[in-house]
Amino acid sequence: MSEVLEKVVEIVCNQLEISKDDVTPDSSLVEDLGADSLDTVELVMAFEEEFGLEIPDDEAENITTIKSAVDWIEKNS
Amino acid sequence: MVNKKVIVTGGNRGIGKGIVLSFLDKGYSVLATSRDSNNFDFSHSGLKIADLDVCDQSSVEGFQKIVSEFDPDILVNNAGTTKDNLFLRMTESDWDEVINTNLNSVFRVTKLVVKGMLKKKWGRIINISSISGSMGNSGQTNYSASKAGIDAFSRSLAKELGSRNITVNSIAPGFIQTDMTDGLINDELVKKIPLQRVGNAEDVASLVNFLASEESNYITGQTLVVDGGLFMK
Repeated sequence: MSEVLEKVVEIVCNQLEISKDDVTPDSSLVEDLGADSLDTVELVMAFEEEFGLEIPDDEAENITTIKSAVDWIEKNS
Repeated sequence: MVNKKVIVTGGNRGIGKGIVLSFLDKGYSVLATSRDSNNFDFSHSGLKIADLDVCDQSSVEGFQKIVSEFDPDILVNNAGTTKDNLFLRMTESDWDEVINTNLNSVFRVTKLVVKGMLKKKWGRIINISSISGSMGNSGQTNYSASKAGIDAFSRSLAKELGSRNITVNSIAPGFIQTDMTDGLINDELVKKIPLQRVGNAEDVASLVNFLASEESNYITGQTLVVDGGLFMK
């Protein structure tokens, strides 16, 4: 597991109060993991804080799975 | 003793001062602000004071660091002003000043606290409105519009944050004896108030205390009126 993936999974599990066992890279934040709209905003804020990035709103909309979050962060850090 | 922390804007006089004193009395830690912190004529071991001009975005940005360190559980958006005039004589700058001080300030300052409350999954946002916002008042098109805006802001934010156990309410005082209402209060007005007196800062503060407490757990998105019965819906 890449370091970014590990960190993203940890942030998502903390925010949504779920176990790491329930999460795969393809998990959809909303459909599979039960995030609501406020969770998705909070997650983006948490990623920004953790990785020292600023994720523009229109790109944040495309972060819908664990994998898409990891890809965006790896591409932009 | 309560171990919760509360921010009160415009806490140096009038209703704001009454709110600050009542929180201190109950054992809360209070961070109170004023445009000029030298304006505070009282102090207390539980009271921190800070300069904040709620009209000025850069002043509010500067305040972020103090807010983050203080880590409030409760925010009382109290700072406000009037610039009354009949509509025909009201200038655009009178309009802008009141909307900016009373309404834009609520947007700016609330932004500073919500992230922290989301993390705690507990929070109270209490906005001081006015009955003018619901009943209207001659000479106050700017003020009443700003206060109605606060009430509507509170309802929408209450819907957004409800799932995180953060409540958002506004309080609409009637005529309260303060410097701001000095010229407005007369015998004729008092006769129209069912309780036959104008209010004082403590009348408002006790409702703020209730909304800040665990006792108000199931109340959100409301505008609660404290006016001696002057305006009944």
